[in-house]
Amino acid sequence: MTETFDIPAEKPWSGIVKKGQTIRIEDTYGQQAIDTLFYRADDFGERYSSQDTLRAQGTAYITTGSKLMSSEGRVMLTVTADTSGRHDTSAGCCSCESNTVRFGHETLYQHACRENFIMELSRHGMTKRDIAANINFFMNVPISANGAMTVDDGISAPGDHVELVAEMDVLCVISNCPQINNPCNGFDPTPIRVLIKD
Amino acid sequence: MHVHRTPEQIAADRQRYEEHQRIGLEFSPATLPTPTPRPAPEVEPGEILASETVPGGWYTTLRLSPGEILRVAPRGAGSAVALAAWSAADTSERMNLPDTVKLQWTTELKKGRVIFSDMGRVMLSIVEDSSGAHDALTGGSTAATVQQYDDPKLRNTRDNMVLAAAKLGLGRGDIPPLFNLFAPVRVQAEGQFEWRGGMLTEGDWVELRAEMDLLIAISNCPHPLDPRAGEVPDAVDLMRIKATPVPDDDLCRTATAEAVRGFENNAKMEGQRHD
Repeated sequence: MTETFDIPAEKPWSGIVKKGQTIRIEDTYGQQAIDTLFYRADDFGERYSSQDTLRAQGTAYITTGSKLMSSEGRVMLTVTADTSGRHDTSAGCCSCESNTVRFGHETLYQHACRENFIMELSRHGMTKRDIAANINFFMNVPISANGAMTVDDGISAPGDHVELVAEMDVLCVISNCPQINNPCNGFDPTPIRVLIKD
Repeated sequence: MHVHRTPEQIAADRQRYEEHQRIGLEFSPATLPTPTPRPAPEVEPGEILASETVPGGWYTTLRLSPGEILRVAPRGAGSAVALAAWSAADTSERMNLPDTVKLQWTTELKKGRVIFSDMGRVMLSIVEDSSGAHDALTGGSTAATVQQYDDPKLRNTRDNMVLAAAKLGLGRGDIPPLFNLFAPVRVQAEGQFEWRGGMLTEGDWVELRAEMDLLIAISNCPHPLDPRAGEVPDAVDLMRIKATPVPDDDLCRTATAEAVRGFENNAKMEGQRHD
């Protein structure tokens, strides 16, 4: 059985992926950053940890074969397919407040991923405190040997997708990124699709 | 049906971003100062508010008031000093390293850089730094990373942080991604992490200035990517130093447009508190 969820541009979504199921996250129009968090379904205190994931795999980006580690050192999901090639997990999600620092105080009143996360997490009894460092699927953030880091044009084409198999029951929380001040969404946020397959 | 933005809107936003990007990337690393010399200078006894020596493998917690300086000085080799920070006034505001590296267009946090909270405000300024050898990407040791060393007494940073957070009234879910001082982790061309041990020298030290009332947790364990990760490191000396007036041309407050806007956000918060 496959469940399909169409997520409009700029909106949040959440759903349970049971152990053994596969979640496919599809960048329907291309060049769309999809900010994603994972929590253990029966204990939200255990959640995706970007630093543990990167250190354990020894490389700075998420792609096929990456094992997404929890804050308690367990594998939550494994990336089994990736038609795009490289995903960021070091640059976090946009917020109204960080936008003012990045792009000027006039951007304070623009929708942002952290607004989406706060609203979606509130449906599960969580708060801003529970927003861990997320994965940015389809966001292209190269890090140079001298430390330089920049959000570059997305490299994903329409229909590109990642697939992850759940190694435990997880809650997946997504913000379909509304950012228009940098190229992570091609300056034009678009709808995405999520499939959960047995 | 999805309605796209117009080509004119997209072009205007792209032009604005590329200007931010050009300034942000060209700045680094050209205009930052050279590292602070070793050894750290003596501090007048009257300026020292508190001193503490954290044994290898252990942790501590402390409070800092705005303007106070925290000096961190490992006594020997093998210490990666992991640090977490929360706003004392509202612990839901906490250190946010993803924002910190993104806002400053660099993962190299060294003298002249600042540490941002999740609310777009500056929590800490890196005012002195002899090495520039720090890590914002790979976190600390965990029960899993020390298991391979066959020493059941070996302590780890994750457990230390859970304990430290508890003593500040916080839970494991409050622990943000950690800033590792004296952990020279760098990213190679294909994305692999590299431990550049040569960046560290005996006598290295760092001073961080608090930019708001802070709760701090510190863990003194080896970094898991350090070849010495199975050893108990030397102790780390911590010193809390009195605040002194910050000049208008202070490096950390003026170095980048992003830092300037961050401090403007701090000033806005201060105004709200005092009005």
